Amino acid sequence: MAMLHIVNKSPFEKVAFESCLGHASAGDSIIMIEDAAVGAIDGSAFSETLKAAMADKSVYVLAGDLAARGISQDRMIDGITAVDYAGFVDLTADNDTTQSWL
Amino acid sequence: MSTKKFMFVNRKAPYGTVYALESLEVVLIAAAFDQDISLAFIDDGVYQITKGQDTTGIGQKNFSNAYKALGDYDISKLYVEKESLAERGLTQDDLMDLVWEDEDDDWAEKPSIIMVDRAEMTAVMAEQEVTLSF
Repeated sequence: MAMLHIVNKSPFEKVAFESCLGHASAGDSIIMIEDAAVGAIDGSAFSETLKAAMADKSVYVLAGDLAARGISQDRMIDGITAVDYAGFVDLTADNDTTQSWL
Repeated sequence: MSTKKFMFVNRKAPYGTVYALESLEVVLIAAAFDQDISLAFIDDGVYQITKGQDTTGIGQKNFSNAYKALGDYDISKLYVEKESLAERGLTQDDLMDLVWEDEDDDWAEKPSIIMVDRAEMTAVMAEQEVTLSF
Protein backbone atom coordinates (compact mmCIF):
# COMPACT_ATOMS: atom_id res chain seq x y z
CA MET A 1 0.00 0.00 0.00
CA ALA A 2 1.35 3.37 -0.95
CA MET A 3 1.46 5.97 1.78
CA LEU A 4 1.68 9.76 1.67
CA HIS A 5 3.90 11.08 4.45
CA ILE A 6 3.13 14.66 5.49
CA VAL A 7 5.99 16.55 7.15
CA ASN A 8 5.61 20.04 8.64
CA LYS A 9 8.76 20.53 10.72
CA SER A 10 12.08 22.02 9.58
CA PRO A 11 14.76 19.32 9.28
CA PHE A 12 17.21 21.80 10.80
CA GLU A 13 15.26 22.04 14.06
CA LYS A 14 13.47 18.72 14.67
CA VAL A 15 14.14 15.06 13.96
CA ALA A 16 10.63 14.43 12.61
CA PHE A 17 11.69 14.77 8.95
CA GLU A 18 14.64 12.42 9.38
CA SER A 19 12.47 9.96 11.26
CA CYS A 20 9.96 10.07 8.40
CA LEU A 21 12.67 9.22 5.87
CA GLY A 22 13.79 6.35 8.10
CA HIS A 23 10.29 4.86 8.21
CA ALA A 24 8.94 5.47 4.70
CA SER A 25 8.74 2.47 2.39
CA ALA A 26 9.93 2.32 -1.21
CA GLY A 27 7.21 3.70 -3.48
CA ASP A 28 5.82 6.03 -0.83
CA SER A 29 5.42 9.77 -1.34
CA ILE A 30 6.51 12.58 0.97
CA ILE A 31 5.15 16.12 0.95
CA MET A 32 6.83 19.00 2.74
CA ILE A 33 4.44 21.61 4.09
CA GLU A 34 4.72 24.58 6.46
CA ASP A 35 8.25 24.76 8.01
CA ALA A 36 9.28 21.50 6.34
CA ALA A 37 9.31 23.33 3.00
CA VAL A 38 12.76 24.71 3.82
CA GLY A 39 14.07 21.17 3.38
CA ALA A 40 13.52 21.44 -0.38
CA ILE A 41 16.52 23.70 -1.00
CA ASP A 42 19.62 22.18 -2.59
CA GLY A 43 23.05 22.59 -1.00
CA SER A 44 21.90 22.41 2.62
CA ALA A 45 23.14 20.17 5.42
CA PHE A 46 20.00 18.09 4.83
CA SER A 47 19.85 17.89 1.04
CA GLU A 48 22.04 14.80 0.60
CA THR A 49 19.86 12.92 3.10
CA LEU A 50 16.76 13.85 1.14
CA LYS A 51 18.36 13.00 -2.20
CA ALA A 52 19.20 9.53 -0.90
CA ALA A 53 15.55 8.99 0.02
CA MET A 54 14.46 10.17 -3.43
CA ALA A 55 16.10 7.11 -4.98
CA ASP A 56 12.92 5.12 -4.32
CA LYS A 57 10.40 7.68 -3.01
CA SER A 58 8.64 10.68 -4.57
CA VAL A 59 9.07 14.05 -2.87
CA TYR A 60 6.75 17.06 -3.13
CA VAL A 61 6.65 20.51 -1.58
CA LEU A 62 3.72 22.85 -1.11
CA ALA A 63 4.61 25.77 -3.40
CA GLY A 64 2.96 28.42 -1.23
CA ASP A 65 4.95 27.42 1.83
CA LEU A 66 8.20 27.47 -0.16
CA ALA A 67 7.47 30.91 -1.62
CA ALA A 68 6.40 32.27 1.77
CA ARG A 69 9.89 31.47 3.07
CA GLY A 70 11.64 33.29 0.22
CA ILE A 71 12.84 30.18 -1.57
CA SER A 72 12.29 30.16 -5.34
CA GLN A 73 11.53 26.87 -7.02
CA ASP A 74 14.78 26.97 -9.02
CA ARG A 75 16.66 26.49 -5.74
CA MET A 76 14.95 23.13 -5.16
CA ILE A 77 16.73 19.78 -5.30
CA ASP A 78 16.26 18.32 -8.81
CA GLY A 79 13.37 15.88 -8.81
CA ILE A 80 11.23 17.56 -6.16
CA THR A 81 7.80 18.53 -7.45
CA ALA A 82 6.15 21.73 -6.24
CA VAL A 83 2.38 21.42 -5.91
CA ASP A 84 -0.48 23.76 -4.97
CA TYR A 85 -3.26 22.89 -2.53
CA ALA A 86 -5.22 21.09 -5.25
CA GLY A 87 -2.12 19.00 -5.95
CA PHE A 88 -1.89 18.18 -2.25
CA VAL A 89 -5.48 16.96 -2.36
CA ASP A 90 -4.68 14.82 -5.41
CA LEU A 91 -1.75 13.24 -3.55
CA THR A 92 -3.92 12.29 -0.60
CA ALA A 93 -6.48 10.79 -2.97
CA ASP A 94 -3.88 8.89 -5.02
CA ASN A 95 -2.32 7.20 -1.99
CA ASP A 96 -3.96 4.45 0.09
CA THR A 97 -3.15 6.07 3.43
CA THR A 98 -1.47 9.09 4.96
CA GLN A 99 0.80 9.56 7.94
CA SER A 100 1.63 12.90 9.56
CA TRP A 101 5.01 13.44 11.18
CA LEU A 102 4.21 16.03 13.84
CA MET B 1 -19.08 -2.50 11.87
CA SER B 2 -15.91 -3.24 9.96
CA THR B 3 -12.59 -3.62 11.70
CA LYS B 4 -9.60 -1.69 10.48
CA LYS B 5 -5.94 -1.82 11.32
CA PHE B 6 -5.19 1.30 13.34
CA MET B 7 -1.71 2.40 14.31
CA PHE B 8 -0.99 5.10 16.85
CA VAL B 9 2.48 6.53 16.34
CA ASN B 10 3.93 8.04 19.52
CA ARG B 11 7.00 10.21 19.02
CA LYS B 12 7.02 12.61 21.98
CA ALA B 13 8.01 12.35 25.64
CA PRO B 14 5.16 12.61 28.19
CA TYR B 15 4.38 15.66 30.40
CA GLY B 16 6.23 18.34 28.37
CA THR B 17 3.35 18.42 25.90
CA VAL B 18 -0.13 16.89 25.94
CA TYR B 19 0.44 14.60 22.93
CA ALA B 20 1.15 11.41 24.91
CA LEU B 21 -1.92 11.73 27.11
CA GLU B 22 -4.15 12.62 24.13
CA SER B 23 -2.84 9.60 22.23
CA LEU B 24 -3.77 7.35 25.13
CA GLU B 25 -7.28 8.81 25.19
CA VAL B 26 -7.84 8.16 21.49
CA VAL B 27 -6.35 4.66 21.76
CA LEU B 28 -8.96 3.79 24.39
CA ILE B 29 -11.74 5.25 22.25
CA ALA B 30 -10.64 3.16 19.27
CA ALA B 31 -10.48 0.08 21.49
CA ALA B 32 -14.09 0.68 22.53
CA PHE B 33 -15.00 0.36 18.85
CA ASP B 34 -13.25 -3.03 18.61
CA GLN B 35 -10.60 -1.98 16.13
CA ASP B 36 -7.34 -3.83 15.41
CA ILE B 37 -4.96 -1.56 17.29
CA SER B 38 -1.21 -1.28 17.29
CA LEU B 39 0.91 1.30 19.07
CA ALA B 40 4.33 2.42 17.87
CA PHE B 41 6.87 4.04 20.18
CA ILE B 42 9.67 5.75 18.28
CA ASP B 43 12.01 8.69 18.93
CA ASP B 44 11.13 10.40 22.25
CA GLY B 45 7.89 8.37 22.36
CA VAL B 46 9.80 5.60 24.13
CA TYR B 47 9.88 7.76 27.27
CA GLN B 48 6.11 7.28 27.58
CA ILE B 49 6.54 3.70 28.76
CA THR B 50 9.63 3.91 30.97
CA LYS B 51 9.19 2.42 34.43
CA GLY B 52 9.53 4.38 37.64
CA GLN B 53 7.93 7.59 36.41
CA ASP B 54 7.41 9.96 39.35
CA THR B 55 5.56 13.21 38.67
CA THR B 56 5.25 14.47 42.25
CA GLY B 57 7.83 17.17 41.55
CA ILE B 58 6.00 18.68 38.58
CA GLY B 59 2.42 18.77 39.82
CA GLN B 60 1.08 16.66 36.98
CA LYS B 61 -0.86 13.42 37.08
CA ASN B 62 1.29 10.36 36.43
CA PHE B 63 -0.63 8.51 33.71
CA SER B 64 1.97 5.81 33.05
CA ASN B 65 -0.11 3.21 34.91
CA ALA B 66 -2.75 3.57 32.20
CA TYR B 67 -0.45 1.76 29.77
CA LYS B 68 -0.65 -1.28 32.07
CA ALA B 69 -4.42 -1.33 31.58
CA LEU B 70 -4.23 -1.49 27.77
CA GLY B 71 -4.13 -5.29 27.86
CA ASP B 72 -7.60 -5.29 29.45
CA TYR B 73 -8.84 -3.49 26.34
CA ASP B 74 -7.38 -6.17 24.05
CA ILE B 75 -4.51 -3.91 23.05
CA SER B 76 -1.58 -6.27 22.92
CA LYS B 77 0.71 -4.90 20.19
CA LEU B 78 3.06 -2.20 21.47
CA TYR B 79 5.90 -1.93 18.97
CA VAL B 80 9.03 -0.33 20.42
CA GLU B 81 11.91 0.63 18.15
CA LYS B 82 15.32 -0.66 19.25
CA GLU B 83 17.24 2.19 17.61
CA SER B 84 15.15 4.81 19.42
CA LEU B 85 15.95 3.20 22.79
CA ALA B 86 19.65 2.83 22.01
CA GLU B 87 19.99 6.45 20.80
CA ARG B 88 18.71 7.54 24.23
CA GLY B 89 20.90 5.23 26.31
CA LEU B 90 17.95 3.01 27.20
CA THR B 91 17.26 -0.72 26.98
CA GLN B 92 14.09 -2.80 27.28
CA ASP B 93 14.92 -3.17 31.01
CA ASP B 94 14.09 0.53 31.41
CA LEU B 95 10.53 -0.06 30.15
CA MET B 96 7.46 -1.10 32.11
CA ASP B 97 6.58 -4.79 32.06
CA LEU B 98 3.40 -4.54 29.98
CA VAL B 99 1.32 -7.68 29.49
CA TRP B 100 -2.03 -8.89 28.18
CA GLU B 101 -4.04 -12.01 29.01
CA ASP B 102 -4.67 -14.43 26.16
CA GLU B 103 -8.20 -15.80 26.54
CA ASP B 104 -7.45 -18.49 23.96
CA ASP B 105 -4.59 -19.77 26.11
CA ASP B 106 -6.21 -20.07 29.57
CA TRP B 107 -5.70 -16.35 30.19
CA ALA B 108 -1.94 -16.71 30.17
CA GLU B 109 -0.10 -13.43 30.65
CA LYS B 110 1.95 -12.54 27.60
CA PRO B 111 4.21 -9.57 26.90
CA SER B 112 2.63 -6.68 24.99
CA ILE B 113 5.92 -5.03 24.08
CA ILE B 114 7.30 -6.14 20.73
CA MET B 115 10.86 -4.99 20.12
CA VAL B 116 11.52 -4.20 16.44
CA ASP B 117 14.28 -2.55 14.48
CA ARG B 118 13.63 0.40 12.17
CA ALA B 119 13.16 -1.77 9.08
CA GLU B 120 10.63 -3.97 10.88
CA MET B 121 8.82 -0.87 12.17
CA THR B 122 8.64 0.44 8.60
CA ALA B 123 7.02 -2.82 7.49
CA VAL B 124 4.47 -2.72 10.33
CA MET B 125 3.58 0.88 9.45
CA ALA B 126 3.15 -0.01 5.79
CA GLU B 127 0.42 -2.58 6.53
CA GLN B 128 -1.83 -0.20 8.51
CA GLU B 129 -5.12 1.14 7.15
CA VAL B 130 -5.31 4.15 9.46
CA THR B 131 -2.33 5.90 11.03
CA LEU B 132 -2.76 8.52 13.75
CA SER B 133 0.28 10.50 14.83
CA PHE B 134 0.96 12.04 18.21
